[in-house]
Amino acid sequence: MAPLVNIEGLRVAFGGVPVLRGVDLTLGKGEALGLVGESGSGKSVTWLAALGLLPRHAKVSGSVSLDGREILGAPASLLDQIRGGRVAMIFQDPASALNPVLTIRKQLCEALALHRDLSGKTVKAEALRLLNLVGIPDAARRLAAYPHEFSGGQVQRIMIAMALAGNPDLLIADEPTTALDATIQAQILELLSTVRREMGMAMVLISHDLGVVAENCDRVAVMYAGRIVEQAPANQLFADPVHPYAQGLIGALPPLDGPRRRLTAIPGTVPDPAHMPRGCAFAPRCVFAAEPCGLAAPSLAPIADDRAVACIRAEASRRALLGIAAE
Amino acid sequence: MMGRYFAIRIGRAALTIVLVVTFAFVVLRLSGDPALMILGPEAPPEVLAAFRKAWGLDDPIWFQYLDYFSAIVKGELGRSMRDGRPAIDLVLERIPATLALTLPAFVFKVALGIPAGIYAALHRGSAIDRAVMMTAVAGFTVPSFVLALLLVLVFAVQLGWLPSGGQDSWRHAILPIATLSLGGAAVLARFTRSAMLEVLGQPYIRTASAKGVPWRKVVTSHALPNAAIPTVTILGFMVGTLIAGAVVVESVFSWPGVGRLLVVAVANRDLAVVQCILLLVALTMVSSNLIVDFLYGFLDPRLRAKGAHA
Repeated sequence: MAPLVNIEGLRVAFGGVPVLRGVDLTLGKGEALGLVGESGSGKSVTWLAALGLLPRHAKVSGSVSLDGREILGAPASLLDQIRGGRVAMIFQDPASALNPVLTIRKQLCEALALHRDLSGKTVKAEALRLLNLVGIPDAARRLAAYPHEFSGGQVQRIMIAMALAGNPDLLIADEPTTALDATIQAQILELLSTVRREMGMAMVLISHDLGVVAENCDRVAVMYAGRIVEQAPANQLFADPVHPYAQGLIGALPPLDGPRRRLTAIPGTVPDPAHMPRGCAFAPRCVFAAEPCGLAAPSLAPIADDRAVACIRAEASRRALLGIAAE
Repeated sequence: MMGRYFAIRIGRAALTIVLVVTFAFVVLRLSGDPALMILGPEAPPEVLAAFRKAWGLDDPIWFQYLDYFSAIVKGELGRSMRDGRPAIDLVLERIPATLALTLPAFVFKVALGIPAGIYAALHRGSAIDRAVMMTAVAGFTVPSFVLALLLVLVFAVQLGWLPSGGQDSWRHAILPIATLSLGGAAVLARFTRSAMLEVLGQPYIRTASAKGVPWRKVVTSHALPNAAIPTVTILGFMVGTLIAGAVVVESVFSWPGVGRLLVVAVANRDLAVVQCILLLVALTMVSSNLIVDFLYGFLDPRLRAKGAHA
């Protein structure tokens, strides 16, 4: 099946400092992909760059195609149709994500008018339907309200309604629950997975919360210092991480069952993007680091069906496997 | 819901006016004896005493204050100590001349400053942005009398295109209006630019782009209404200076407006006239602030809510 989105060699630099250093990622229709990694690893930048939402001074190169059509550097008119119409995005801080001086109705109907062939009364009816869908009580009256009159969780629901307005094929949820408290988090994630199922949408869930990703995604990609270091089906990644960074992330999670154990932490800090190590960016923190790690950055290579890792240890073991198979 | 927001602000405005009136009274009584200033130090003591008695200057200070205050409440603003005419008449007849400078200047400030600020913000870092900002910094660091003299030097003395002072024709108004406009436009351009930049960096602007709103519409219907809130503050301040904001410029260009009258009246200790002008200035300032507050309530739904709950 042809992928919905295919990203190849995506690079982004701000003022000469590389932030994304060659991201390769594919996303199938209707698939839920989790994108995890520390802050600054490039999770959000990947999608902002793909949709042309980065500030003008960002240097973007590589390729992003949607249904086989290149959209990186596409004309503004095409991008405006794609944004909200094919690919919608919701953001981390709901409190500042809606325009404070416009009513909910205005902001919701704006999205509907842009992407749906609706007029007059039907626009309002559709806005109401969306608000009901995302669970805003007393929606008819609340349409006239301003963002500050809603709680954080409600604003995030409105953001989701607005994202759904264009019937998108892909919803990018950029840390959608980070600013919300735990019970509201669970409700918002529940809502996201419900609408995804009902609308058959693909979803990218950007998060640094591995638990959130494990529960809501089919496949997970782990990012580190502007690259994807491992991608795998969610259950396989959590059961058997291959990249030492992914192992570190998962080792830092407390297990729910089994004996109590000391949680491991990854030593050191993320390298400064202006002074990246020459070889593997994770090598300075990696307990398995060897001499070849400092020479060249390993590329993301498949190790099994639907699994890929960027680590020379994985490459070595794969070569060994292939060698055995060839004999 | 808005009623309470406005009631609080009107109350504050009234209090401000009372304070200004009191302040004017205290400062002017402390700053010298009007009898000596007007009649001269050589005047015979009995003439000075008669002058003081005639104007009530020999009454106890608190009595003078009450007298002064109740007169103001009744709308009696006293007579000029110099020519005996009602002070309010002297001031009112100067207002048209001042407005003839400040109103066109206000229009130019807005028409130049706001578009320049918006353009500079939208093209941040471009050559035009840098040019606008350099002009703006020059425009508001150069004091208005320096700018006025510079314009006189170039357009009146060197080129001889325009008169350097007086009020005989519309050509006499060009240099004073230009002086007032340039400084104000510079302030407004800088203010509008930073307000726009602040707003353009907000997450809701990215949200609007992310839902497919074309950039032009993001600017007009999402950014501008938000940037208008801080810009209205500075506009309100400018409206407040329409009556007495041209003191320096009127003096440089010998333009017979309220500002010139104020300078002369202060020099002469003509208390009633000075008080009358101060009261007028306070009234325009306070009412323009009140208008700004009303506009805030109109522009920003969050403030409306705060006022209602305050």
